[in-house]
Amino acid sequence: MAKELIKGNTAVAEAALRAGLEAYFGYPITPQTELLEHLSARMPELGRPFVQAESELGAINMVYGAACTGKRVMTSSSSPGVSLMMEGLSYIAGTEVPAVLVDVVRGGPGLGNIAPAQGDYNQIVHGGGHGDYHMIVLAPASVQEAIDLTVLAFDLAEKYRAITAVLLDGSIGQMMEPAELPPMQPLKTEIPDWAVRGTQGGEKRILTSINLDPPAQEVMNLRLMKRWQEIEKNEVRYKGYYLEDAEYIIVGFGTAGRISLSAVRAAREKGIKVGLLRPITVAPFPKEILEELTEQVKAFLVVEMNSGQMLEDVRLVVRGRKPVEFFGRMGGVVPYPDEVTTEIERLIEGPLTTEGHPRDRWLARLAETIG
Amino acid sequence: MVMTDVPTKIVYERPKALDPRVTHYCPGCTHGVAHRLVAEVLEEMGETGNTIGVASVGCSVFAYNYFDIDFVEAAHGRAPAMATGIKRVYPDRIVFTYQGDGDLASIGMGEIVGAASRGEGLTVIFINNANYGMTGGQMAPTTLPGQKTTSSPTGRDTKRQGYPIQTAELLSTLEGATYVVRRSLHSSREIRRAKKAIRTAFEVQKHGLGFSLVELLSTCPTNWGMSADEARTWIEENMFDYYPLGDYKVSPAVAELKI
Repeated sequence: MAKELIKGNTAVAEAALRAGLEAYFGYPITPQTELLEHLSARMPELGRPFVQAESELGAINMVYGAACTGKRVMTSSSSPGVSLMMEGLSYIAGTEVPAVLVDVVRGGPGLGNIAPAQGDYNQIVHGGGHGDYHMIVLAPASVQEAIDLTVLAFDLAEKYRAITAVLLDGSIGQMMEPAELPPMQPLKTEIPDWAVRGTQGGEKRILTSINLDPPAQEVMNLRLMKRWQEIEKNEVRYKGYYLEDAEYIIVGFGTAGRISLSAVRAAREKGIKVGLLRPITVAPFPKEILEELTEQVKAFLVVEMNSGQMLEDVRLVVRGRKPVEFFGRMGGVVPYPDEVTTEIERLIEGPLTTEGHPRDRWLARLAETIG
Repeated sequence: MVMTDVPTKIVYERPKALDPRVTHYCPGCTHGVAHRLVAEVLEEMGETGNTIGVASVGCSVFAYNYFDIDFVEAAHGRAPAMATGIKRVYPDRIVFTYQGDGDLASIGMGEIVGAASRGEGLTVIFINNANYGMTGGQMAPTTLPGQKTTSSPTGRDTKRQGYPIQTAELLSTLEGATYVVRRSLHSSREIRRAKKAIRTAFEVQKHGLGFSLVELLSTCPTNWGMSADEARTWIEENMFDYYPLGDYKVSPAVAELKI
């Protein structure tokens, strides 16, 4: 198929549909709404269920119900709406049914604004809903990658009976880029054994997240954790740029990673040996490559559109063996490549330290400019 | 002893759609009666193998253990949303929710109004026993003015704690709701009428006529602090005034249903 100029939100919607999405449930919220709008037209065209729910609570619980039938289902929202969905996500995780969530992240906390941000990293990667569970989280940096990861999200969700989230910065959702959509896949014909459908005279099936017997609940918890170990083993994805001879590494996901790449390329033109590690799966986090790079490089720079949430995951791997610095913009402010370039130069000039916390140094520098 | 050869005929037995096990419900509670009515109706309609139930949070959280029917268990209040997801995927299945008053009329009011207004082809069995049973008898949206509960210990003060919600009346104003009635489980006569209403509600769904709900006035002897018999009398003497039995919405298409 040829490339076409397409908006991120629309592209994700169409990609999901072509990946065999059988039912969509959502609620309008900026900057995600085009996704819902696109499906409100396309799903009925194909005779597939589309429901604009009464709220995000309603939407995620419709997804929960439809996911219990084993069909390909998804919802999409943006930060405040995803907060409302946390209840349902925990139940879906606790029932071990597959579902896909697209979170088009905007500035926060609270109503915040509708500009692109990455402030939901902790909510999506480190929990949000109650109880012990993990979601697989995919973080695209372009419209094309958003398309490809949306298709992958359904496969991963089904393979591991887990929630797969596509963490889409508002910028990727709103941006138009040339991209190629996948071919139309036929709908799944096989229904997994565990899915409810009516007994048709056979054994009844119960799908529930309740387990009043603590040891039995613990067995379930252990199953989830073992499955997560499998996911960590099999599903880590990242993209490395100029890693081979890099003395300095920038770590950034999504839009922050993409902007950093511009800065890395500019630095390379000046002969600076800097590379970029862009996690595609922010959960499971690409620990192994980061471990290898820790041996190799002089220092790390973490760039995010938040206050340094992924920074903590980087620090857990680096464990003080090499200096880590941080640069972030928040509140819906998107960094310029030049700002990252300045940070690269600062990294090279030094002095570098493994003492203290990178966030404190970043805040101290910020205090000099914006107070 | 004189043996006779009078032929035996079974006139009453446990429906097969109801699993043969002891429930966790308290003695004198009418949940068991409501379960049985649902099971009998689905069996009489030949739909047990074609049905998916949605249990809710409250005393009926384990309802799925008692039916020989595919079941899912919803988060508190969200059963109508979960049922919507299932029904949209499987429009040819019978999908029903079984919800208490705290679940449906308090935390889940958004979901039930949403489902009813969209005219989702669901059937809702709504148990109104004027308190939160599972958590030990707190004030519910259905608790009567002056009624003592563990969170309205001096009686529900409407100035501070507002008024009970008349669910059937409220939902009957929605165009998408085509069959909304209130019945009671306090006497054998009313139980028979309740069964007829439950049958109608499921037939409404089977015929694709929209959203149906049967509100059932139910006993909670344990939390009301009464014997089973006193509890049944209490329904008649205290609940009927605020929650009159009756048909609140019967759309013309439903009225024409021949059962």
